[in-house]
Amino acid sequence: MKKLINEPGDVVDEMLAGMVAAHPEYVRRLEETNVLVRADAPVEGTVGIVSGGGSGHEPTHGGYLGEGMLTGAAAGEVFTSPTADQLGEMVGACDGGAGVLCVVKNYEGDVMNFETAIELAELEGDTEVEYVVVDDDVAVEDSLYTSGRRGVCGTILVHKIAGAAAARGDDLSEVKRLAEKVIDQVGTMGMALTSCTTPEKGEPTFDLPADEIELGIGIHGEPGVERADVMSADAVADHLTERVLDDLDLAEGARIATIVNGMGATPLMELYVVNRRVQELLGERGFDVGEAWVGDYMTSLDMAGCSVTVLELDDELEELLGAPADTPALTVRGE
Amino acid sequence: MDEDTQREALSAVLTAIADRIELEKDHLTELDSAIGDADHGANLHRGFQAALDGADSENDPDAFVKAAGMALLSKVGGASGPLYGGSLAVASSEFEEGITTESSVAFAEAYLEKVKDRGGASVGDKTMVDALTPAVHTYKRAIEVDDLDPLAALSKAVDAAERGVRFTTPIRASKGRASYLGWRSVGHPDPGATSTLYMLEEIHDVAAEYLDGEAAVADAEAEAEIEEGSGE
Repeated sequence: MKKLINEPGDVVDEMLAGMVAAHPEYVRRLEETNVLVRADAPVEGTVGIVSGGGSGHEPTHGGYLGEGMLTGAAAGEVFTSPTADQLGEMVGACDGGAGVLCVVKNYEGDVMNFETAIELAELEGDTEVEYVVVDDDVAVEDSLYTSGRRGVCGTILVHKIAGAAAARGDDLSEVKRLAEKVIDQVGTMGMALTSCTTPEKGEPTFDLPADEIELGIGIHGEPGVERADVMSADAVADHLTERVLDDLDLAEGARIATIVNGMGATPLMELYVVNRRVQELLGERGFDVGEAWVGDYMTSLDMAGCSVTVLELDDELEELLGAPADTPALTVRGE
Repeated sequence: MDEDTQREALSAVLTAIADRIELEKDHLTELDSAIGDADHGANLHRGFQAALDGADSENDPDAFVKAAGMALLSKVGGASGPLYGGSLAVASSEFEEGITTESSVAFAEAYLEKVKDRGGASVGDKTMVDALTPAVHTYKRAIEVDDLDPLAALSKAVDAAERGVRFTTPIRASKGRASYLGWRSVGHPDPGATSTLYMLEEIHDVAAEYLDGEAAVADAEAEAEIEEGSGE
């Protein structure tokens, strides 16, 4: 393993220190925690939008702290849920008097720790907290082996839209309604060219021969749903996009937004190549694409690969998606 | 038990559990490496060591138990943190009026309820619920129906938990990380059920030191109740 790390156990702490050093105007760290909050948190009179999960998905979650997106972001150890006590501190620090919405990705540890944090916050009884669970991964259906679908890159769109709704002054129930609408209307499918390697383990999480790819992977190096021989970028784009479209079952001519997301070790060149075909295919199907984001939004350490996310838009979602956001990882200028 | 004794007993329970987990750390990890991610022993050990520190400064029984739960929450991590620590922190409110036979039943029920609710598991899913459910039901029944003293009830509860652990060996996991293994999870006892049994065994052994004299009192109370009942 070749990595730019010191001690594997210090990676998260040192990464957060580096983030704060890079973006002091955007983020600050709550003392003795692995929680980052907006530099100006809590934002008086607006709903706090908080998220969190294991580290290794950068720029998720801390990269999206700032105006129009997240108020707080909790970093767990690599691929491990943050603990409920830290989530509780984050919720407290992000409550500007209008309550807090937690955006949780559908993983057992994340959901349980967030639920526990919320329950304990409610027992203290001074913050109104709601949560939504993102489960946009269309690859793995509810089965004996999973408790529902995983939350992956679609989470970024939930952050963006809930954050914009909070910024314009929507109340907690309205922000939650919009977040749930995004969750209902978004789907993602991913693939891997290589496994990722966690700092602790130091070797690839799963074995992937040089001439094979894995379709339907998650964001923790958990294996996908099927192995396939290496195929062209266009074939990958078609496969992923078709799977998402099958799941969403959109009306003809629907207006949509897309993300072609890199898994961490894939050059932008390749992501643009994939995006070219994704847009071509969507055009052939008669869809009307409003926004097409390309880049590393939700990664899996040093995994090579990509995911395709499609969100069905309507007037209110489109307006919020295009509203201004100013964060280290994502800037939207707005109209 | 007066308040000082309650505090002392709780401290003794926590110490006994922490020592037992330390002793069984490698065994629990071994069980977990068969059907999980091989960290159960280490995680619980880290958590209970932190709980000893975290609860030390608290004097009220409910605050003591809550502090222990919060320490577990912050140090165990993953799903076990909320299951072991969160359930303890939430159920601790049953001890607001101190530890009595009634409040111990309420605490046990609240803890079980929270574990089931949080983890979404029921009996037969091959989780800690398989040891906890029979233990709590047996304890409640022994006290409320069979009129046993708490120590005798605890003893029955430990037996029930032990049967629960044995019951997890031949079944297939359908909750938690072990469920990803499907049929390969068959033939191994569940690590969470096993550590839950250890905790109950330690609670029983410490209770035996503190409750010996209480059994006589409970008998006298029961007799008084029967006399009251016959007068109606």
